[in-house]
Amino acid sequence: MPRIVVDVMPKPEILDPQGKAIAGALPRLGFTGFAEVRQGKRFELTVEGDVTEEVLEHARSAAATLLSNPVIEDVTRVEVIEDAQ
Amino acid sequence: MTVETPLIGHSAAEVVDEHLSGVRVGVVTFPGTLDDRDALRAVRIAGGTGVPLWHGDHDLKEVDAVIIPGGFSYGDYLRAGAISRFAPLMEQITAAASGGSLPVLGICNGFQVLTEAHLLPGSMIKNNHLHFLCKDQRLTVENTMTAWTSSYEQGTEIVVPLKNQDGQFVADERTLDELEGEGRVVFRYAGGNPNGSRRDIAGITNEHGNVVGLMPHPEHAVEAGFGPDSSAFGEVEVRGGVDGLGIFTSVLQKLVNK
Repeated sequence: MPRIVVDVMPKPEILDPQGKAIAGALPRLGFTGFAEVRQGKRFELTVEGDVTEEVLEHARSAAATLLSNPVIEDVTRVEVIEDAQ
Repeated sequence: MTVETPLIGHSAAEVVDEHLSGVRVGVVTFPGTLDDRDALRAVRIAGGTGVPLWHGDHDLKEVDAVIIPGGFSYGDYLRAGAISRFAPLMEQITAAASGGSLPVLGICNGFQVLTEAHLLPGSMIKNNHLHFLCKDQRLTVENTMTAWTSSYEQGTEIVVPLKNQDGQFVADERTLDELEGEGRVVFRYAGGNPNGSRRDIAGITNEHGNVVGLMPHPEHAVEAGFGPDSSAFGEVEVRGGVDGLGIFTSVLQKLVNK
């Protein structure tokens, strides 16, 4: 079944405390050379039937109202991916 | 021989004021709410009648005011308050509160629910130090015109417990300027910012003053023996701090005088 992927990231101007903590842990494990880490969320919406423009619109609308909070987050991607199998 | 031992938590305030006890304050319980009992108890100690409300109902049970208490509604899944805001009861609360009539108080997770429901601006992200923080917190009461703060004097400091991990209040600069300009910052952290909140903001109100949200927990500072070790007046008897009580007496008085 096709899936719609929604990516949500903290807004650039919002400090991302989790990303900062991860950035601090990386060099302790020897992973050097990374200037910054920002942590976001990925949602996969499995679609019943075909992905029509209406279904995509529903996904975009859900991404804006429920999956993200526009005060602190941006929706950076709403995209269909087909399963390999 | 019988020895009279006072029961723990048996409040001394047994004098019933019929005007106050006629005020019905609803306290909403979601799956994962923790402080609903404490909020109901705070209402009772202030002299009012606490009414338990269930998030899945469509019935506000004719309450005169609503408290959305602290905890981890829906396990903080997705974002704190993000799923709770779509609960059936929230539709009724939002409809009744947005016009300015129904007094609504959101404490901690309840504050997060109110921002997600767009009843209050801004949002909460993880504390800047990433730790869960539990401490007695000093706050300055900056706005005494709201439904929930009229018993305080402007500029009073109070001490109430603070306990959260997602307590950092954020909003864009324009919103922050608007809040400041309109005097809608109700509580500000005193004695140091505990979580990185913008402009030390601990609590805010909407343009009508009926909806108030704050991160610290006034309902945990309403009864001697169960509160902080200090209050606005300095050290008190061990756990004797009751500075939070004014929040609950404020709304009762306002509704009685309506």
